[in-house]
Amino acid sequence: MSAKIRVLIAKPGLDGHDRGAKVVARALRDAGYEVIYTGLRRTPQEIARMALEEDVDAVGLSLLSGAHNELFPAVIEELKKAGLKDVVVFGGGVIPEEDIPGLKKSGLGAVFTPGTPLKTVVDFIANNVKPR
Amino acid sequence: MNKSEWLDKYKKTLEKFPERKKEFLTGSAEPVNALYTPEDIGDHSNAKYDEKIGFPGEYPYTRGVQRTMYRGKFWTMRQYAGFGDAEESNQRYRYLLNSGQTGLSVAFDLPTQIGYDSDHTMCRGEVGKVGVAIDSLKDMEILFKDIPVDKVSTSMTINAPAAVLLAMYIVNAEKQGINRKDLTGTIQNDILKEYIARGTYIYPPTPSMRLITDIFEFCSKEVPKWNTISISGYHIREAGSSAAQEVGFTLADGVAYVDAALKAGLSVDDFAPRLSFFFNAHNDLLEEVAKFRAARRIWAHIMKTRFNAKDPKSLMLRFHTQTGGCTLTAQQPDNNIVRVAVQTLAAVMGGTQSLHTNSRDEAMALPTEQSVTIALRTQQIIAEESGVTNTIDPLAGSYYVEALTDKIESMALAYIQKIDDMGGVTKAIESGYIQKEIQDSSYKYQISIETKDRIVVGVNKYTMEEKTKGELLRVNPAVEKKQIEKLKNVKASRSSKDVEMRLAEIKKVAQGTGNLMPPIIEAVRDYATIGEVCGVLREVFGEYKERIVI
Repeated sequence: MSAKIRVLIAKPGLDGHDRGAKVVARALRDAGYEVIYTGLRRTPQEIARMALEEDVDAVGLSLLSGAHNELFPAVIEELKKAGLKDVVVFGGGVIPEEDIPGLKKSGLGAVFTPGTPLKTVVDFIANNVKPR
Repeated sequence: MNKSEWLDKYKKTLEKFPERKKEFLTGSAEPVNALYTPEDIGDHSNAKYDEKIGFPGEYPYTRGVQRTMYRGKFWTMRQYAGFGDAEESNQRYRYLLNSGQTGLSVAFDLPTQIGYDSDHTMCRGEVGKVGVAIDSLKDMEILFKDIPVDKVSTSMTINAPAAVLLAMYIVNAEKQGINRKDLTGTIQNDILKEYIARGTYIYPPTPSMRLITDIFEFCSKEVPKWNTISISGYHIREAGSSAAQEVGFTLADGVAYVDAALKAGLSVDDFAPRLSFFFNAHNDLLEEVAKFRAARRIWAHIMKTRFNAKDPKSLMLRFHTQTGGCTLTAQQPDNNIVRVAVQTLAAVMGGTQSLHTNSRDEAMALPTEQSVTIALRTQQIIAEESGVTNTIDPLAGSYYVEALTDKIESMALAYIQKIDDMGGVTKAIESGYIQKEIQDSSYKYQISIETKDRIVVGVNKYTMEEKTKGELLRVNPAVEKKQIEKLKNVKASRSSKDVEMRLAEIKKVAQGTGNLMPPIIEAVRDYATIGEVCGVLREVFGEYKERIVI
């Protein structure tokens, strides 16, 4: 069942740190999901377009540059514009705790900060993303 | 008693008193024996000692590149810093210099590192975030206001647009009345590791290598005390590599730069003395010390036998160290102070020439001034109080450290050989080989934390509920607007005709084979922006497309 769920792991903005994004991508793949990785420096528009083209059920955003308050909501905005209201969005990176409520309010289902076990991320997908 | 007799007794003891775990591993997951003896380090006759270990300041520099090391002077204490705009960063630099820091290290924001002006659409949210925003010479003048750049050495973490930032630094100094020949400092200028691990590339490999060798050539004549490149293993390690991979991939990059410079017609002893390196320091103290020693020995050997360098300075691997960012935890962040202290010891006992110590709060944000002060004080305590600086290479002769030095050397050499066989680093990057090797190590590392084979205090053991993480530094969100405003003013107050002419000149040289540094210097002198200069080069050179490997 879970094999049908497709997840896009995306790097918005200019940040080049992709260790976390790639580790999460691999863990989700090992857990049986279809995973697509955008590569670096994607604009919110490009991420939404890829999400649409790849017909994904969830989008994971990774950012360690501190631009998350601007870029995460911008991606959600673009996803909505693309008609992808039901796609579950989650994020991770170097993100101060006090920013998390605002990000969730903008539409992120979860924000994972450094030290989060991979299992937590995998479980989040399992519990929140249903194959269509 | 000989070793095998002792091992028999040891095994008997184990039957009664088993050890804490089945397998003991280094930080890079290499197996560690219970005991090391002379048998583990091979022939240590005097002849072998000279060949493998030798003396400080003597080939093969295993024990250090200077004759007196820290008995002469301490390493340069150089905290990587910069955020917001030039005014704010200038204040932080002056604070650090007043606190006893001995060199500057400039962090640029991502738009600057990728050659965009602050008003480019790609830069939304990124201006001033991970470093200072520089659009034109105007920002550089503010950044170094009241800082004597003839006395303070400055390291700039800038790669793809290194030529532009170096040009601005030179012009700013000259406007202060300082001769470019007296400038000391470093530009990172290491594009290969950007493709491998760090991500701030712009152009494809061939024109990028040309820019780098243009800088080598220009500086060898014009800015002779400048370190023209800092060949970096730091980011390779941060991306998840092992210690041996860090050394192997970094030195393979070094080989590629020397090859490129030779191919461009330079002679090895003209540029090799200005090559410098940059490594990580992780928590496994003895493995890290062995890593630094092995790196020096391999590089000396490569430069001597492979490239036939004659100047001893060409053989010396001089390096900067930064403590391991990825070892910092967001949980119980004050514990990071202790990790950084251990990593500082590793760098110092490994013979570093300069050091940045990370701050306790960097798993969450850029560091506060208070956190940076503790990080700097950590270096000062190791320097002044620990005693490890009283003698040179204090861990030499430890059976374990020497055996580990040999082991890392042979593992790193195997990587270099493998990359040679693939046709060099560029080929190994294009095929995704290096990235895949690093990712495999990084994934294994993460899994070992999940399975608790590897303990991270506060993360998977000794955890506790935490109320508050304390005060964090926040970059003023108004910076982006302010910076775009400044850029507008600069463009309004300069001669756009002159700038156009200068940019056309850069284009002409880029299309030919001349050295790009002189026209770039003239362009930034007339306040051409980084986005304009890099934009012209983007037109001529094109842009690199990442090979996506997961």
